[in-house]
Order: sequence, then C-alpha cells, then structure tokens
Amino acid sequence: MKKDKLVRISLIFLAVSFIFIMLVLPLLLVAKEALAKGFAVYANSLTEGIAVKAMILTLEATVAAVLFNTIFGVASAWLLTKYDFKGKTFLASIIDLPFAISPVVAGLFFIMLFGRMSPLYPFLQAEHIKIVFAIPGIILATIFVTLPFITRELVPVMEAQGRDEEEAAASMGADGFTIFRKITLPNIKWALLYGVTLCTARAMGEFGAVSVVSGHIRGKTNTLPLHIEILYNEYNFTAAFAVASVLVIFAIIILIVRNYIEWRSKKKISAV
Amino acid sequence: MSEFEVELKNINKSFGDFKASRDINFGIKKGRLVGLLGPSGSGKTTILRMIAGLENPDSGDIFIGGERVNDVVAGKRGIGFVFQSYALFRHMTVFDNVAFGLTLLNKDKEFINKKVNELLELVGLAKFSHRYPAELSGGQRQRVAFARALAPEPKLLLLDEPFAAIDAKVRKELRQWLKTTINELGITSIFVTHDQDEAIEVADDIIITNKGRIEQVGTPADIYREPNTSFVAEFIGDSIRLDDISKFKGFDINEDNTSTEGIGGIIRPEFLEIAADESEASMPLGSEEGKVIATYFRGNNIQVDLEVKGEILHGWRSLEKKPLKRGDKALVFIHRIYSFKNNHTTILENRGKLKDSVII
Repeated sequence: MKKDKLVRISLIFLAVSFIFIMLVLPLLLVAKEALAKGFAVYANSLTEGIAVKAMILTLEATVAAVLFNTIFGVASAWLLTKYDFKGKTFLASIIDLPFAISPVVAGLFFIMLFGRMSPLYPFLQAEHIKIVFAIPGIILATIFVTLPFITRELVPVMEAQGRDEEEAAASMGADGFTIFRKITLPNIKWALLYGVTLCTARAMGEFGAVSVVSGHIRGKTNTLPLHIEILYNEYNFTAAFAVASVLVIFAIIILIVRNYIEWRSKKKISAV
Repeated sequence: MSEFEVELKNINKSFGDFKASRDINFGIKKGRLVGLLGPSGSGKTTILRMIAGLENPDSGDIFIGGERVNDVVAGKRGIGFVFQSYALFRHMTVFDNVAFGLTLLNKDKEFINKKVNELLELVGLAKFSHRYPAELSGGQRQRVAFARALAPEPKLLLLDEPFAAIDAKVRKELRQWLKTTINELGITSIFVTHDQDEAIEVADDIIITNKGRIEQVGTPADIYREPNTSFVAEFIGDSIRLDDISKFKGFDINEDNTSTEGIGGIIRPEFLEIAADESEASMPLGSEEGKVIATYFRGNNIQVDLEVKGEILHGWRSLEKKPLKRGDKALVFIHRIYSFKNNHTTILENRGKLKDSVII
C-alpha cells in the first residue's frame, strides 16, 4: 500500500513538473516578455497597422478554412459512412494525407501548382489571377493542412450510428435534405462542433505551409504566426511576444470551448 | 386487380458475387400476417428490403396493391418498416418519434397529437411519451418502433427480425401482443425471422427461404405436416436426419414397391413410439430394438436418446410409464418417415401398420 502511494505521488510530481516546464512556464514567459516594456508598448504593438492587418488576414484564412472544411467534412464523412463504393478505403486515406505530409511540402506543392513553374501559370497570368504569394494561396494552404480534422471527428460517430435511422426516415417519406437536417445533423452536432474547434485552432496557428506560399509581404500576406517570426528575427522581442499573446489567448478560448463541448456531449451520452 | 396485396414476380438480386435472391415469386393476400422464415444468409431480409424500396432488385417486378412499385421510392410506397435495431431517432422523444411520419405529411398539430396519443395508447406507452429511446427497455423501444411505423397509416407493415433483440420472456409476450394487434388492425404484414417457433406461432402463412430461393409457401400446419423439400423437412420441427431409410423395419420399399435403399429421410421425435418391453409396445413385431444412451427430464415428458441400428434417434416418453435408464434395452416403433427423392419429400407410413390391419 505504501509503495503504491509512493508511486502515485512520484508520477503526479513528474507529470506536474513536466507540464509546468513545457507548458505553463513558456506561457508565463510570453506574458512577461509581452509586458516587459509596460502596457502602453504592449497595446501599441497590437494596434499598429501591420499587426492589425496580420490579425485580419489570419481571421479571414481561418474563417474560410473552417467554412470550407465544415462543408467538405460533412460531405466526405457522409459519403464514407453511408455509401458503399469501390476505392472507399483509398479515399479515406487520401483525406488523411495532410496529417502525414509536412506543411512545408504542402506549401511547395501549391507553389509548383500555381507558381511560375506551373503549366497553369500563363493562363492565371492572362486572367490576372494571383494565387501564390497572395491571399488565395494562404487560404488554400490553410484549408489543405486542416482538411482532415472534421472528417476524422465525424466518421467514427456516423459509422457507429449506422444507416438505420436515415433509412427509417426515408421509409416514412422524408427527402434527402429533410433527413440530413432532422436526423443526421442533430446526431452529429457535438462531434461536428468539436471538429470545428480543432480545425479553428490549427488554422490560426498554421505556419509552415502558409510561410512557403505567403511571400512575407508585410501588411499584405503576413498572417499572425508569420508576423511574429519577422518581429522576432528583427530582435523586436516585446512586439513579437505581444502578438504571440494574442494567439495564446485565442488558443485558450478555443480550449475552453472545446472542453465545454466535450463535457456537453459526454453529458448527453450519459443521459442517454 | 390482382388477388394479392403484395406480389413478387421473378425477382433476382445480387450483391457482388453473392446471389441474395434467385427467381423469387410469391403473392400475399390482403390482411394476412406472413412470416419470412429461413436461416441467416438465406435472403429473407433482402426480400423485405426490396418490398420496402430500401434495395432495388436486379430484375423482376414488385407489386403493392396491384401497382408496380419498382420505380417508386420507399417513402411513397405506403409501407411502414420496423427495423431490427428499431432505428428510433435517438435525439427525439417517444412522442416526436411517432409523430415524425405525420409531420412529413404536413398534418395539422391537433390531428398529430390525437393520432400519436392514440397509437401510444395502443402500444401501452402513453406514460412514456416524453422519454428518449435510450431511457426505454428493449420491449418498449420495439413497441415505439411499431407505433412509429403505423402512424402514417401504411397499407403494408414490414418487420425485420422484430423480436431478435429482446430477452426470451418478453419476447413470448410481445409475439402474442403483436399477433393480436396486427389481426385487430387488419393490416397486411410481413415479418422476417430465423426462429421457426416464432414463425409457427405468429404467422398466418409462412414463406420459407433458403440460399436465395423460396422453398415452400403455406400455413404453419401445412408446412409442418407436409414439407415439400428436404430442406423444409429438416428446418422445421425437431428433425433427425437419416442417410438410408431402408434399414428400418417397414420402410424397405416405397409406396410404388421400389426399393428405398440409399434414400435419405427425416424422422421427428413424435413419429417414434418408445416401449420398455414387448408388453408395453403396441406393435412389438414391427418394432426395432434400441439401446438407451441418455434420458433428459423435460418437465411434462422425458426425452430418450437411443441407438437403433447405428443411428441415434430421440423420442419422448410419458412420465407415467416405466422409467428408462442409460444402457436399458427398449423397443422403438417408427410410425412414419419423410423420405427424400430428387429434393422432394414424401411421407412414408410404416408398412407394418398396414399389414397388421390386413391380418385383423
């Protein structure tokens, strides 16, 4: 019994100190550095034009990625769980590809596809469509790296639920849209919200792929993570940490939302 | 108009290489309660799902109420479907589940309230209307599924293994309840089951499926008494299979005096008369000698397993008669055997009985 207690206490100690060093300490340091030169400088670093632009661009890219991936996620999960077709497993693994590929490689992939070396380039040039080193490229890269999140959350839930409820509704005369709205959607609601929060968190923090396609044009194609990197490389630590604190605050909000959703869906399950 | 409420003509259906239905033909008269009976994988659920419109046949025609419905979607066929898993909408209350089909028909609120409450009354769940499916027992869920299927007033009720997921005691009650309720409503109904007792007890007519084919259609009594094929003879009732019936006394020749050598057959326990000795036997001369292997007390009788001419047979003995023990000798008279020829079954009576009657 005594030995048990000893093991437990040492494990708790280990876990707590690890979390403190790896997570809490960096967060505290971010806060300390951000406020090192007083609140006025902190506020100034955030309200300065380029920082605001970066923030807006990050929000734009995040909203676009979440919107696209919500639709794509629901559609692909629906396809993967409610229909049988050849190549289903292949499609499922393709959707997971962005998890396996390094974001930098994904970024390069978009450069190859839409940049100067691409066979599409003359056409894009003629139509005055700018994708690489412009906002569309950033959005595409963000969508790419966050593609699997919602599908991955939905597939197990929809698989477990099977097709019976949908078939029951169909046998009573419900059309496809009614079935989706009244039967499918209420059943996947919590899993979908959970996937959306994960997708949001990842989209806001995306660095690698966006870094490659952005071109780092200040005030134009810089997202928050890219802006932080530039500030840091210029030895402007206070501003870098001030902007970083914004991302940290967003992350904490998402974490809280995520936990709430998890708690709600668990409550729902245990009530049922 | 056809005399049948539901009719299937030359239906074929495959899933990949698997032939789920081969040339299915049958008709069901209005108001009948029909059991589709067969072992698992025999294609009975596929037939039900094709009638419902949840699967499409590769070829052949399906008629409901005289109208060809192959190209009519499930929701417009006027059917109610009760799923094996019940498929209740888990996020809706019992009331909303039953009301779902009616809201789709754009009925007004008052009508829906009245109808749903009526149905919940019918299935005995009026008190549970605000519960969620997860808060109900298996039997209650099954009755909600039944009420939900009936709400839009379908012409035809289809039930897929309606009792499979319910424990044995409730199942017995529910069978009787379902039979009575369906008979009172007078709605044509088809249910799928792999349980022959269930089919015999509940159904007015039974359709027996095997390997995607229909083996026999008839009332439970007909099928029990006169199985058409060897499969039906073996599948229905308690059956003992024999490879060669000619070795038993009284079954050496067919009705047409040809030899029965090498012909297989089925014996049922109720075809056997087991006697402890000659004084007890009604036909001592026609009886075979057997050795008791085991006896089982079964409440109102005793099951006796015997070895007779190398075959293991079992029959029943009344509790009042002299008890038999393992190792005892006994006399066995076989009244009849279902003999097989070209997959067709004929009932062979023991010739000993005919001879005796001639002598007297």
